[in-house]
Amino acid sequence: MTSEPLKVGSVPRAHSRAVLTHVGGLHARPAIKLTQLAKHFGATVWIALAEHGPWTDAKSIARVMAMKTPHMATLFFLAEGEGADQATSALARLVESDFADGDDHGR
Amino acid sequence: MATTMVGDATAVICLRGTVVSPGLARGPLVVLADEHRPPSRKRGNADEESNRLRTAIASASGELAALMDRSADADAQTILAFQVAMLADPVVTEAAFAAIEVGDCAEQAWFAAMDLQIGEYHEAEDLYFRARASDLRDMRDRVLGKLRGTAATAIAPGSIVVAADLPPSRFLEIAWDGGGVALTQGSPNSHVAMLARSRGVPMLIGVERADLHGHTEALIDTDSALLVASPGEALGADFASRRQHAQVARAETERYVNAPAFTANGERVQVLLNVADGSELDRLDPACCDGIGLVRTELMLRDGADLANEEKQYQAYRRILKWAGGRPVTIRTLDAGGDKPIAGYTIGDEANPFLGMRGLRLSLLHPEALATQLRALARAASVGPLKVMVPMVTAPRELDRVRALLEGAVAHLRKLGVECAVPELGMMVEVPAAALAVDLFDADFFSIGSNDLIQYVTASSRDSSSLASLQDPLQPAVLRLIHQVVAHADAQGIPVSLCGDMASDVRCVPALLGVGLRCLSIAPSAVGSVKNAIAHYRGPRPKGEQIA
Repeated sequence: MTSEPLKVGSVPRAHSRAVLTHVGGLHARPAIKLTQLAKHFGATVWIALAEHGPWTDAKSIARVMAMKTPHMATLFFLAEGEGADQATSALARLVESDFADGDDHGR
Repeated sequence: MATTMVGDATAVICLRGTVVSPGLARGPLVVLADEHRPPSRKRGNADEESNRLRTAIASASGELAALMDRSADADAQTILAFQVAMLADPVVTEAAFAAIEVGDCAEQAWFAAMDLQIGEYHEAEDLYFRARASDLRDMRDRVLGKLRGTAATAIAPGSIVVAADLPPSRFLEIAWDGGGVALTQGSPNSHVAMLARSRGVPMLIGVERADLHGHTEALIDTDSALLVASPGEALGADFASRRQHAQVARAETERYVNAPAFTANGERVQVLLNVADGSELDRLDPACCDGIGLVRTELMLRDGADLANEEKQYQAYRRILKWAGGRPVTIRTLDAGGDKPIAGYTIGDEANPFLGMRGLRLSLLHPEALATQLRALARAASVGPLKVMVPMVTAPRELDRVRALLEGAVAHLRKLGVECAVPELGMMVEVPAAALAVDLFDADFFSIGSNDLIQYVTASSRDSSSLASLQDPLQPAVLRLIHQVVAHADAQGIPVSLCGDMASDVRCVPALLGVGLRCLSIAPSAVGSVKNAIAHYRGPRPKGEQIA
């Protein structure tokens, strides 16, 4: 189910975290948005429910859904490679904004 | 058992089911065969089979994307986007391609790989994730159809569709106008049930199986939870008149949902919502209410870790205030105990839990947890008009104690430089001692908890069905007590509302307005019918005289 991030010395690495306030948990709609955003970045991006993993590929909708993340869980992000910093902060912002950008309004 | 009667020409068949989306529908009958196992097929070489699967997946994705463009609502788009995203995820498809490499044909490989993943969802504890199994089945079958080159049965607009289960993407392809669905399997939490409810398509699940061969017409009647094949003239005429009445009533009620409530005399009545953890709000337009009258935080905070987590609580309260967009939000402090246990928090072995450690009594036993909740509430009060409500208050000193703790929480936050505000502090009136001596309490507002008030006034347990007749909410003892509380509050200029089940019950609404209530906090599903009942109320606002 999960892969361990490789530890390569010189590759840029970044972390972030955010509380999932989305009611009901990480359901289909937020999971689609999250994986779509992760795919924008060249870096490898992982997601986890605890600070030290186990880590899940944040670009796979199947794996992200399989985490069955409940409402109010803390999500941890880890990215490695080009744009790692931007990736982790963008993902944390998406979760913090309650997946509000895009077509979410009025629902 | 299915019942067969002799009708006009064909034998009538009545099959019972469970209603998941109400309504009355009549139309041509379409029975969808349910195919499961893929037919065995002579396989090409691995490359050919891989290509066939790749083409089938691409073609299914294309169809789903086209369907998505045609769907106007967000629910439908999410369901379809989920399938498109899954089909594009190598994690989903790699097992099928691997099976082809070792000798399976595309159909078998796809079916087996999908079945494994469907099984994982099917076994999930969480109902939401369990219901996703049917979305994956939907996706599996669409790709299988492409592999076989079979087109789906064409369905005429307004049909009554009978099937084992109906995939959501299939549901979205059908023009329902006036038709309905009857499933022999199905789940109330499935996407297709949700779509049926949001589009007003009548739907039954768990319908008895019967051979419907030769029947060409059917009706679905959710008043009696029946699918009727070949209903004939007599049944049909009664049905048509009921359908017309239902349509008029529904249109009448719908009109009221997003408008402010006024009585027939033009008096404004506030209508607030009762919510559990806020998830209900996702589907609602804030315009349907004048605010939130009750948030049941014990349904949001499920264990000791949540109770100790101020930040999580703050985020959850903040989200509700944001939704309300400036309308007042009343959040009740933890009302655990009684029939709502929380592990490690409530007392397990009480002989009489409804008369024991519950609500505020339990909160005062755990002052740390209460202080955490009050800090989170004071922080959220800086986001919008938040009010704090305390349950099960019996003696004035209990409320005074909470006020002191709230002041302490605010002082603590200010010392730390954390943004916060002092929320109004009010109480539930649900213990007869509080109702009878309501003038002795220093509350900023009152909210009458009629469910507990009735059980305590009538000394009859809420969980006993044999005592139901003693619990008539309209009996004089209950109404007099409510009237007394409302009269006191009005005289003192203190806001008062009622947030028990009786406020959502249209039979009780005139009586509640009759004792002077002008603020009701109700279930979101009752907004239209309650506002309709308010609009038909002609009585005056009573003075302090005796009721009944």
